Amino acid sequence: MQSSNGGADRHLILLRHPKFQELVKARSGFAWLLSALMLAIYFGFILLVAFAKGLMATRIGEGVTSLGIVLGLGVIVSAFVLTGIYVARANSRFDELTRTLTKEMTR
Amino acid sequence: MSAAPVRRLAAGAALAIGLGAAATAWAQTGGGAGRGLNWPAIIMFFLFVLATLGITYRAAIQTRSAADFYAAGGGITGFQNGLAIAGDYMSAASFLGISGLVFASGFDGLIYSIGFLVGWPIIMFLIAERLRNLGKFTFSDVASFRLEQTPIRILSATGTLVVVAFYLIAQMVGAGKLIELLFGMQYLYAVIIVGALMIVYVAFGGMKATTWVQIIKACLLLGGATFMALAVLWRYGFNPEAMFADAVATHPRGQSIMAPGNFVADPVSTISLGLALMFGTAGLPHILMRFFTVSDAQAARKSVFYATGFIAYFYILTFIIGFGAITFLMTEPGYYRLAADGTYNRISGLLGGTNMAAVHLANAVGGSLFLGFISAVAFATILAVVAGLTLAGASAVSHDLYASVIARGRVSEQREVAISKASAIIIGIVAIALGYIFENQNVAFMVGLAFSVAASCNFPVLLMSVFWKGTTTQGALIGGFLGLVSAVVMVVLSKAVWVTTFGFAAAIFPYDNPALFSMTIAFGGIWLFSKLDASERAGREKQAFDAQFVRSETGIGSAAAHVH
Repeated sequence: MQSSNGGADRHLILLRHPKFQELVKARSGFAWLLSALMLAIYFGFILLVAFAKGLMATRIGEGVTSLGIVLGLGVIVSAFVLTGIYVARANSRFDELTRTLTKEMTR
Repeated sequence: MSAAPVRRLAAGAALAIGLGAAATAWAQTGGGAGRGLNWPAIIMFFLFVLATLGITYRAAIQTRSAADFYAAGGGITGFQNGLAIAGDYMSAASFLGISGLVFASGFDGLIYSIGFLVGWPIIMFLIAERLRNLGKFTFSDVASFRLEQTPIRILSATGTLVVVAFYLIAQMVGAGKLIELLFGMQYLYAVIIVGALMIVYVAFGGMKATTWVQIIKACLLLGGATFMALAVLWRYGFNPEAMFADAVATHPRGQSIMAPGNFVADPVSTISLGLALMFGTAGLPHILMRFFTVSDAQAARKSVFYATGFIAYFYILTFIIGFGAITFLMTEPGYYRLAADGTYNRISGLLGGTNMAAVHLANAVGGSLFLGFISAVAFATILAVVAGLTLAGASAVSHDLYASVIARGRVSEQREVAISKASAIIIGIVAIALGYIFENQNVAFMVGLAFSVAASCNFPVLLMSVFWKGTTTQGALIGGFLGLVSAVVMVVLSKAVWVTTFGFAAAIFPYDNPALFSMTIAFGGIWLFSKLDASERAGREKQAFDAQFVRSETGIGSAAAHVH
């Protein structure tokens, strides 16, 4: 690949670079998917709170702990787990693609 | 005269002013307030102030360039920044307020803490890395990256200052009330101490000092809350079910504390609040600013990961603390206002109100020394949050309004930083004055309003300019402005202000939170007025998207923007 000597057309070369397209496609898809998942989990919980109070009050087994408490704590944990999943993927795949691109562009 | 001795002198003066203000108010209240002073709390708070002023002194000597002042020279690690973000976000209001809410109504407190948490993954997936790749010091840098500087910076600086103002008033009033209660110090003096210390941290120590104040505070708060939660769980052999069972048996509302209660007034308000909390977090200027303190996008991403972990852990702790307060306090008349016949209301009778649940629990599990520690931590927490807000406000004035709009980029770094320091001092003084004026007003709606404005102005403008090629200056300007105005107007017309503050009979806007509508207006406005924009400038801006896109996705070009 021809290395560019100025900033003006460098982004055009990058834009058409297959590795760049691969990075953008993979990361955007993944990020929007996880965002949609977080939105669904959170608003799913909120809608249950608003419209299914009885279900949320259901006791688990013999104890007093309700389904609502378990689901609520589950939403908190899921927020952290989702960020963890994103970081794991980004640290390996996305960063590697970015590094390759940066190396090629600054060569 | 060389710069270094001047800086050292200024830093020394800062130390003296901060200590002097604290000591004066302390001595004056000791003489005349007539309330019992909380000595362990005062001593531990003094140690915190001494340590942070020492850090401020060192930071002031090291702070030379604009990058040092606004972004701590970009030398904060991902882990440190994660702690600092958590420190910025975990306010005394959320620590005492949410544990108090859990104490009063159980499950409903959980709904709030979840709302405050779920914005973080969104920041991680969509905002953090791109923000770091495109910006320099403020989020306006990103919003105006390919759009016209002057109008967009005026808009985002206005959004910043409105958010900072409402958030700051709420924090100042809360701080004054809390310190009055915890330290036996008069309201006005409490507000002055908070204002004076935040001015010193920000004006002299810049982002470096502010960051370390946040980090120390986050560690103290997480440590203190962990101890309390462990003490509660220990009593029940680390079996949450046993704790819940005891709470249900003790609480006057019984089993209903395990289920949704009256928190959900109507679904529209609930969804609207959910949107405001979720996307408002992604539009808070003092939080967004923190992403420029790290070296690159990778570190920005790590910051959010650690921050999300710390904040999630913190909210789980406050939940346990709330339930612990139910089981430890409700059977002890010593924590209550007693009626003539010795009876008391187990919820509203709590001394100092339900927001004091965590503070009383500290006394119950750790005695007066630990009570002093938690009180000092609450004070430190307020200081750290207001310092972060002040820095964000000062940066909007100096970096966005002064350097880019008024001076049109023709300004030296030294002068820009000097303007920022002066702005921090003015913001601090105004905050003290507003804190005093609003002492007896109901300011609870102001945090909600700050989140709504952040979600309806800052967030849409930021998101659309980064993700949608079609966004033009005209679209962002009109849409963002409509979002800002509609959020404020709808809050004023809602029950919290129209009925509670102004005393009208019925609210004009029927819901508690405007975000569902004001966010729609903002995004719709940006889309519509961008589409309608057929100007030559709009064409240039759309063309400039590709270069912005490449940089936002890869960071290529951003490393050279400022030296790390």
